[in-house]
Amino acid sequence: MNQLLPVFKKEFFGYFRSPVGYVILAVFHIVIIGLTIFAGYYESNQASLDTLWTFLPWAFLIFIPATGMRLWAEEERSGSIELLFTLPIPPMAAVLGKFLAAWAFIGIALTLTFSLALTTSYLGNPDWGIMFSGYFGSVLMSAAYLAISSVCSALTKNQVIAFVISVLICFLATLFGSQILIALLESIAPAGLIDFLGNFSFLAHYQTMTRGLIELSAVSFFITLTTAFLAINVVILEK
Amino acid sequence: MVAVENLVKDYGDLRAVDGVSFQVKKGDILGFLGPNGAGKSTTMKMITGFLSPTSGTASVDGFDIRKHPLEAKSRIGYLPESSPAYPEMTVVEFLSYVAETRGFRSKDEVHKRLSDVIVKCHLQTVQSQSIETLSKGYRQRVGVAQSILHDPPVLILDEPTDGLDPNQKHEVRKLIKAMAEDKAIVLSTHILEEVEAICNRIIVIDQGRVRVDETPDEFKARKPGSSIDEIFREITSSKAYA
Repeated sequence: MNQLLPVFKKEFFGYFRSPVGYVILAVFHIVIIGLTIFAGYYESNQASLDTLWTFLPWAFLIFIPATGMRLWAEEERSGSIELLFTLPIPPMAAVLGKFLAAWAFIGIALTLTFSLALTTSYLGNPDWGIMFSGYFGSVLMSAAYLAISSVCSALTKNQVIAFVISVLICFLATLFGSQILIALLESIAPAGLIDFLGNFSFLAHYQTMTRGLIELSAVSFFITLTTAFLAINVVILEK
Repeated sequence: MVAVENLVKDYGDLRAVDGVSFQVKKGDILGFLGPNGAGKSTTMKMITGFLSPTSGTASVDGFDIRKHPLEAKSRIGYLPESSPAYPEMTVVEFLSYVAETRGFRSKDEVHKRLSDVIVKCHLQTVQSQSIETLSKGYRQRVGVAQSILHDPPVLILDEPTDGLDPNQKHEVRKLIKAMAEDKAIVLSTHILEEVEAICNRIIVIDQGRVRVDETPDEFKARKPGSSIDEIFREITSSKAYA
């Protein structure tokens, strides 16, 4: 596993070797702050980040596939994957190294939203426990989105295809628990099925954490999902 | 040092490599010849562990590339065709990355390895340029530098002199020849005089099979008086294989 470090370093700093990383960070930041304020961050008169948490999953939906799409597709297109896999690096170390690098990049994006947390504490007296729990949930959820994006990226040498497919999958995974889908299915599907689908919902698990409740089921949901997708990723590459 | 036994690779219905076997000993420079699409690169990709063979085995220093991939890979220096690299990285960044994956972790070690190959491959003037800004010749030399960085006992070079000017070709050949003493080297090429200049063994591969495996002198003795080009053409175009 000590082969993980060089891959991580190469990949993480890779985001900043071209303008792409900076552009993604800037756009994400502007969009998420804009949405939060637009959604009534000030008007709600509450010292909380609820408006941020409402939009974060939907912003992640675009931002994380954009971060993850290059992970493997780029290597395949340029042929550097041949170099990567003829170096003495086990596939698992390569997958984890790349995943952790992209996750750390997303971590930077999330850290930038601390500006909102600071603003909140300046304006009011927020509950830091709930805020922490919300950030914890966001970090976990981002890992699951990212693992999905990484798999999609390994399936194609075209970054655009990787992006579109991972947005689609992440969108469905998020939608499973949303009111929109429930309303849509209520009339045609049995309640049991809706409940069952809801179990796989990113939103439902995430929302409990943004309300300050760190449930073991939610934590294990995201961790299991991430691990499963990373394992699929390794299998795809070994083939 | 390199033992290849009955390698077969199928792509769907197409059999790209059909039962290739050969051995390379220390001190050998093996010239791998054959028309485009003959299976040269595919064979090399299987030896280096990038592709898994449909059947057959390849082993390096006794380590089977499928069963002990990491041990085998760490003994190979490989220059893939068209020498891919990461375009946004500078030459030094790229070579440091390769050095770290090759197990050189302390700054001093990495520095020592890098300065060594940078001098050997004449990369001093471009070392802090990003790879995408380099000419084809320089890129090729970065690829060679990457492959010899850890001083491997086995070198697999897929068209190492492709895209170089005559002076650079001469330099790379000199470099390969100088390293040959304590290494087993396999190189593929389309330039037949290159084989004459540096190789002590020739393998001609066509339609996935080994057609010829002999020394350059034996090869030339096949048809005294004619050039190595003519003999090559005769072997790979007439289907009457010797």
